[in-house]
Amino acid sequence: MSSRWTWRVLALPGVAWLTVFFLLAFYVVIAVAFGNQNSLSEPVAFWNPLDWNVGYMLATLQNIWNGEQFFTVFVRTFVFVTLALALALAIGYPVAYFAARHAGRWKGLVLMLLILPFWINYLMRMLAWINLLSPDGLGTRFLSAIGIERLFISANLLAAKGGWLEGQPFTVIMALTYGYLPFLILPLYASLDRIDQRQIEAARDLGASPAGAFRRVTLPLSRPGILAGMVLIALPMFGDYYTPDLVSSSTKTNMIGNQIDQLTRQGSSKVVGASLTLILASLLLGLMFYYLRGTRSADDRGED
Amino acid sequence: MDRLRNPWGRPRFLVLVTGFYVLWSLIPVGLAVLFAFNDGRSRTTWQGFSTRWFTGATGSVLHDPALQGALRHTLFLGVVCVLVATPIGVALALGLQRWRGPGGGTINTVMLLPLVTPELVMGVALLLLFLQVLPGIGLGSSAQVIGQVTFTISYVVVIVRGRLVSIGKDYEEAAADLGAPPHDQLIRVLLPLLAPAIIASAAVVFAISLDDFVVTQYLSGDASTTTVSMLLYASARAAPTPALNALATIALLITLATLGLAYLVYKRFASSDDAAVMAGLEV
Repeated sequence: MSSRWTWRVLALPGVAWLTVFFLLAFYVVIAVAFGNQNSLSEPVAFWNPLDWNVGYMLATLQNIWNGEQFFTVFVRTFVFVTLALALALAIGYPVAYFAARHAGRWKGLVLMLLILPFWINYLMRMLAWINLLSPDGLGTRFLSAIGIERLFISANLLAAKGGWLEGQPFTVIMALTYGYLPFLILPLYASLDRIDQRQIEAARDLGASPAGAFRRVTLPLSRPGILAGMVLIALPMFGDYYTPDLVSSSTKTNMIGNQIDQLTRQGSSKVVGASLTLILASLLLGLMFYYLRGTRSADDRGED
Repeated sequence: MDRLRNPWGRPRFLVLVTGFYVLWSLIPVGLAVLFAFNDGRSRTTWQGFSTRWFTGATGSVLHDPALQGALRHTLFLGVVCVLVATPIGVALALGLQRWRGPGGGTINTVMLLPLVTPELVMGVALLLLFLQVLPGIGLGSSAQVIGQVTFTISYVVVIVRGRLVSIGKDYEEAAADLGAPPHDQLIRVLLPLLAPAIIASAAVVFAISLDDFVVTQYLSGDASTTTVSMLLYASARAAPTPALNALATIALLITLATLGLAYLVYKRFASSDDAAVMAGLEV
């Protein structure tokens, strides 16, 4: 009996911390979103749900519903994130597959090289690209020399020579892909590495072609890893404002994160910012719990 | 061996994609590090090797107050964050692992939520919390520490719990059979066994704190609470000198050295399975 309480007392500081700084903090967002603002446009939170003022939330939802600015930004965010996810998977899956199956005696080195970007400051990785893609940057010169720049201008993907960092959606999508790929590759690798080789051998023994064994055994078995990895990088992408800020710095490529950032931190209207945050969070809640359920069942398997 | 052949044809394609990806992911950063050593103001034209942007008399990380201040403040936040988040996280991991009765599942879910909540959402929530409910603490260093601790606790719990699972209950039960009271089981048996995981999680917390941007920016106060990440964000497009690259390089080296050391410690004392957790392969 006494030992049971030892454990609970141990958990107490952590539970209290998360209650105040996570759960309560989230309630403040709700209380502000359903609150009011004073004459200085500073938020006045309404703590009691019975007092809630739905005005700002309704106005925000109407803005989206009527296809106004927030709608445009939401759609753009969705398009950017979808394209970046597709690109990331197209590059990340073969890389993870190679590391898990074919790296052989190079496996340790390959893994280290794949983990390395994971721990390099995201903003430093963006700084690196800003250096490269500035008008006189090495990357800009290289892309111009091999004719890619001209190709992109004629395909309307680039507005002007040397203008890679001037409000180009393509640059933002590539930067998102570059930024979040390391976080996708590691879960993909883990799920591919976990697949029992013997299952693939069995498929081949039973007459499946190499492609058939891949399609019918490897791919389905790695699907949970694919989905978990995609969710894992989709979530921060939906809350990203710094990538578009850094590689485009134009309102033409604003994502929902930029919109929220302008309203809350930069402070044009925290109440509207809070309602937009709440809308974004409720859209993402499904993804969050999907991911947690997946890791939970993996945990349970580990404990048995 | 033939039957294990890569189903997409020859692995040459895979080698190519992997090689391309590794070069693509690392060369830009490598060049950014290289230009930190440029003997000129350009970040694109090589003008000879120099350490002037690290230690030179003017405009270097060592002598520019803004750059030096950012590095100092980043390290300060990292150390405090480790000192607060690690004990709370270790205790929570132990408590949750042995939790019997109702409430355990809910706490577990809430504990994991910060890992998947977009940082922007947490940033907004904490910003409004400090403005609306805790104006006494206000924005600045304390708020930044609190914000970073809030989402690093979860990493500590995940790492420590992984180790708890692999240790099992045998040692504790043996101690109990020999008459050790609960706090002795904890202090003399469990904690020593957990030491590698505690070191690993402290290193991970430190690295995450150093690299953190969103929550740290949302909870920053005056200019003295600017971190390396914040400075990178603010100056990257404003025609900076290679000193910015130098600053980023120093922060990078500190992060990698910390993780490298912790990884060696962990590998020495724990099984390789657990090492995978630390390397970020499984969360």
